[in-house]
Amino acid sequence: MSEKTVHVDEHRDDEASKLGMWLFIFTELLLFGGLFLVYSVFRLQYHTAFHQSSLELSVAIGAINTVVLLFSSMTIAMALTAIQKNDQKRALIFIGITLFCAAIFLVNKYFEWGGKFHHGLYPGSELMSLLDRGHLLYFSLYFFMTGLHALHIIIGMILLIVCLFQVKNKKINTKDYVLLENGALYWHLVDLIWIFLFPLMYLIT
Amino acid sequence: MANNTTHTIEYKTLTKILLILLFLTLITIAVTSIHLGPLTVTVALLIAGTKAFLVLSNFMHLKYESLLLRILVAMVFVLFALIVVITFIDYAFR
Repeated sequence: MSEKTVHVDEHRDDEASKLGMWLFIFTELLLFGGLFLVYSVFRLQYHTAFHQSSLELSVAIGAINTVVLLFSSMTIAMALTAIQKNDQKRALIFIGITLFCAAIFLVNKYFEWGGKFHHGLYPGSELMSLLDRGHLLYFSLYFFMTGLHALHIIIGMILLIVCLFQVKNKKINTKDYVLLENGALYWHLVDLIWIFLFPLMYLIT
Repeated sequence: MANNTTHTIEYKTLTKILLILLFLTLITIAVTSIHLGPLTVTVALLIAGTKAFLVLSNFMHLKYESLLLRILVAMVFVLFALIVVITFIDYAFR
């Protein structure tokens, strides 16, 4: 009993914080799942109207956005690989590319929605109120689901910007990167939802 | 700490997964442009499901996570499938 040894416990449990993130992702999946359920029921009832309405959307813009999101999903996964390999510079570049892709996605969405608004097609507009039930339901679901998805893109961007600065400050480093892991998980969720939104909204026949 | 068990996925693997995902996207667009009738939705959803599986297992690292987490994720999809089936049974027999 000569010297006192000071033992400092680090209060950190990466497994638990990842599990917490996953639980949150589950609620998000069920939120969009509910919307997909509403979509499929009405699609079954108003099959022709849904098909006609979907022709109004540009498959090209939808396809470009799909490619952009898939690519950004890969780059954020690469950012995690980089930080695991203690390559801070590459991690920063990959997060930057992901944010850039997110911005491209939103710009595309802006032009897409802008075109619809220009033709007088937006929730609550006079044109919308004149549509029959099937078309009205399709466009309401379209605006709500892609709108909610775009909101998730914005939230994901904010989360990734935080990660970017934390990597820069070395708060996220090769020994402690659970924040980037969770940020990446959220970004993949956004990608995951779009994987289903794209064929169902743009490609239905 | 707990991080030591985390698996690192190589850049090459991630690139490969992306290429498969892009290829599947191309197939979806091609399939829906030819008219297969009710089969189109089935094919589109099957491809979307495959893409989702690839993203979940590789990009989201589920392949290397604990069995508990993988079962939990699977259960969420099972739960959603059940909700869909029950809702459609309700609509079919109304």
